[in-house]
Amino acid sequence: MDVLLLSRIQFAFTIAFHYIYPPLSIGLGVTLVIMEGLWLKTNNPIYHQMARFWTRVFALTFAIGVATGIVMEFEFGTNWATYSRYVGDVFGSALAAEGIFAFFLESGFLAILLFGWDKVGRKLHYFATWMVCLGAHFSAVWIVVANSWMQTPAGFHVVGEGLDARAEITDFWAMVFNPSAMDRLSHTLCGAWQAGAFLVVSVSAFYLLRRKHLDFAQRSLKVGLAVGLVASLLQLVTGHDSAVGVSRHQPIKMAAFEGQYESLTNAPLTLFGWVNESEERTYSLEVPGLLSYLLHGDTAAEVKGLRELAPDPADRPPVNLTFQFYHVMIAIGFGMIAVSLTAAVFWWRDRLFQTRWLLWLLVFSVLGPQLANQFGWYAAEVGRQPWIVYDLLRTSEGISRVVQAEAVLGSLILFALIYLLLFAVFVYLLNDKIQHGPDPSDLKPTGKLSPRPEPSA
Amino acid sequence: MNFGDLDLNTTWFVLIGVLFAGYAMLDGFDLGVGALHLFTRTDEERRIMVNSIGPVWDGNEVWLVTGGGALFAAFPIVYATVFSGFYLAFMLLLAALIFRAVAIEFRSKQPMRWWRQMWDIGFSLGSLASSFLIGVTMGNIAWGIPLDERGEYAGGFLALLHPYSLWLGVTTVALFMMHGAIYAVMKTDGQLQDKLRGWVNHCIIFFIICYAITTMATLLYLPHMAARLRAHPALFSVALLNMLAIANIPREIHHGRDFRAFLSSCAAMVALMALFGLELYPNLVYSNPNPERSLTAFNAASSPKTLGIMLTIALIGVPVVLAYTVSIYWIFRGKVKLDKTSY
Ligand code: HDD
Ligand code: HEM
Ligand code: HEM
Repeated sequence: MDVLLLSRIQFAFTIAFHYIYPPLSIGLGVTLVIMEGLWLKTNNPIYHQMARFWTRVFALTFAIGVATGIVMEFEFGTNWATYSRYVGDVFGSALAAEGIFAFFLESGFLAILLFGWDKVGRKLHYFATWMVCLGAHFSAVWIVVANSWMQTPAGFHVVGEGLDARAEITDFWAMVFNPSAMDRLSHTLCGAWQAGAFLVVSVSAFYLLRRKHLDFAQRSLKVGLAVGLVASLLQLVTGHDSAVGVSRHQPIKMAAFEGQYESLTNAPLTLFGWVNESEERTYSLEVPGLLSYLLHGDTAAEVKGLRELAPDPADRPPVNLTFQFYHVMIAIGFGMIAVSLTAAVFWWRDRLFQTRWLLWLLVFSVLGPQLANQFGWYAAEVGRQPWIVYDLLRTSEGISRVVQAEAVLGSLILFALIYLLLFAVFVYLLNDKIQHGPDPSDLKPTGKLSPRPEPSA
Repeated sequence: MNFGDLDLNTTWFVLIGVLFAGYAMLDGFDLGVGALHLFTRTDEERRIMVNSIGPVWDGNEVWLVTGGGALFAAFPIVYATVFSGFYLAFMLLLAALIFRAVAIEFRSKQPMRWWRQMWDIGFSLGSLASSFLIGVTMGNIAWGIPLDERGEYAGGFLALLHPYSLWLGVTTVALFMMHGAIYAVMKTDGQLQDKLRGWVNHCIIFFIICYAITTMATLLYLPHMAARLRAHPALFSVALLNMLAIANIPREIHHGRDFRAFLSSCAAMVALMALFGLELYPNLVYSNPNPERSLTAFNAASSPKTLGIMLTIALIGVPVVLAYTVSIYWIFRGKVKLDKTSY
């Protein structure tokens, strides 16, 4: 295997693994803010217990998120050195901004969130919870901005030629608000909220099925479900916006998403199917005219196909793979909407906590957002190929020239082993926390957190 | 050298230096505590060690993350050359940092002996290996690495492991252990503190021996590093400051003024990094042989526009970061007390 393939596998593996955890932290952060807010508002100690329990889960996901994030930051230089030389002027500032504005905020206030329960007043603790949650969101902002710039570059010009060519920034805000940045950011954040919310939903539903910690579970389930429902619905809106953006700025990718080879008016939306790449044919179940309508608001509008957009197959991404990733994500997206709407109806009818089949469904709902998040990214990134920076730099040109294949193979094996261990330990500890359940002593807040009003803060 | 007309490139040279010096000063004591961790015996002692850095280690590591990001943005060529050139060394560093980070989180989550021992070892070895590899990297930057005409690294992995860089690795371990021991003295009391106090002295001696050898080797074998010192004898005052700060540590420890000892140790580290930067400037990566291929703050930098944008980001961000970093150290000041939220 060559350096290029190995580097791609390593990057894909390490980022996919990293991306299990940040969405959980971002989503859990939102539920923590709500739970602790409810505690401050109602003074009901059950909310204190909820905030404490979910904070411990948060700490676990956060630790692995941090440990695997550092790998990502190094890899641009270690494996994609030529890419780094090319884009450093533009891409680097977003990454540095992430460190200064997001990671410092998050890690600083995390100390108070985790260890400060008895050390600071309630208001200051709640402030810290907000800041951690905001910090997690800011990390997503900057990294998604950077990644979106790779999808739809803007605000730069290319100087030099050949080996010395590199992108230089001309307009910082045009770089930040590049054409796909805001669509993708809103969509990614909704996906993260779903990931966190449905973890809460799943664990709570499990307790209800086991008839344990009933009050705790019912209230947690409500918080999780409320966030999950809103995020699932927004996901459709922001996903649609992304799709419109892709068709405008990366039409080849859109054609690959839909497996569409011919340019068509009245283009159909495929629901599922299979692409035969050698014959350039797509076998699928489809709704006529809907794609034209969704992208252009008019069934008669033309949507261009791969043969016209990229006559040379070398300029196309792997079509079937992209197609499948994209469609699985969308199927899950509708699935999550269906599940959360059903649960909301049962909640409204006051039958949610007794309906066992629905609770079982909710127990497994945690997997949906995780899978959709992964497949969504695969679709976006594989669909960008063969470019590492769209229309500017090919992935094959971006790799480090001085790194040997054996070295990358070695590091790949190293990461595979470490990450397998981490994943096993994560599942083991998470399960252990869930089995233990909330701590009864958390029903009596101590120290400065006790509900009695303090003389002064 | 002329720092009088501080241009953007030099400013960024200094700022990157500040970020890495901040990292060494802050994460240095975490890594040192980690390296000493296995020498403590009982589970309670070990928990105290881990919890002494519990609330702050993550924030400290962000100095490295931000330093890396800033290097990428300000000097992308350096970032690309060093990170791809030191590929295997950096992969090992990553593995060490991962183990250290998760061990802190995991170790006290289960009561089993084997579980705790496993993560204790991960924590200690991870800390030791990180310190050592950071030192080796610094050693190579000081010694210089072979660059080809395009400014890319032209050696192998083993070429990075020469006596000078290995020795700087050992020196860094010694430095961090000293720093960590002093920090731990400050955060503990009773028997454990007495024990740690004894270790501080050993660590200081260990470090001073390492440091003396490093300095001699630098003067003998690295004329390009020493040249600036000779040309500007005023710079010896930085070296002197460094020595005074180190000499001050045992005195403060002896009088039980642990916090002052820690400040002294911080000052020593800052002086060391300043000296390193002054000797290196304007080079970021010295090319050895063929010095004309060196990557400098001028030929490896981003465009002035980007450096300017980054300066704005830094001017907005850094004061805020400093403000809440100080607040957090203030909130968690004092001796470690184990409670329900502890690791
Ligand atoms: C819980 C996760 C989740 C769910 C349920 C959905 N998505 Fe998604 N999607 C993502 C999580 C995600 C993501 C992981 O956040 C991606 C990857 C990159 C990005 O910006 O967002 C993404 C990318 C992505 C893209 C590609 C953007 C690009 O290539 O730049 C499109 C067109 C959509 N999505 C559209 C949808 C539609 C129409 C959905 C139907 C409800 C949907 N997504 C559900
Ligand atoms: C290749 C791209 C990425 C890089 C270089 C990267 C880098 C990092 C680094 C260095 C950390 C550790 C920070 C610390 O020490 O505190 C981290 C953690 C984190 N990253 Fe990533 N990251 C990437 C992708 C993403 C994405 C796509 C998201 C979210 C959409 C994200 C969100 C986070 C969050 C929220 C954390 C905090 C830890 C956690 O909550 O799990 N990162 N990342
Ligand atoms: C967090 C979720 C992400 C996932 C799951 C993900 C997934 C992937 C996958 C599967 C590939 C390989 C594509 C291929 O080789 O065909 C890839 C490549 C890559 N991605 Fe992402 N990615 C994520 C986020 C990011 C972010 C935030 C950035 C940059 C800021 C980024 C930058 C890259 C780069 C530089 C490559 C290597 C070049 C390439 O193979 O295309 N990725 N990613």
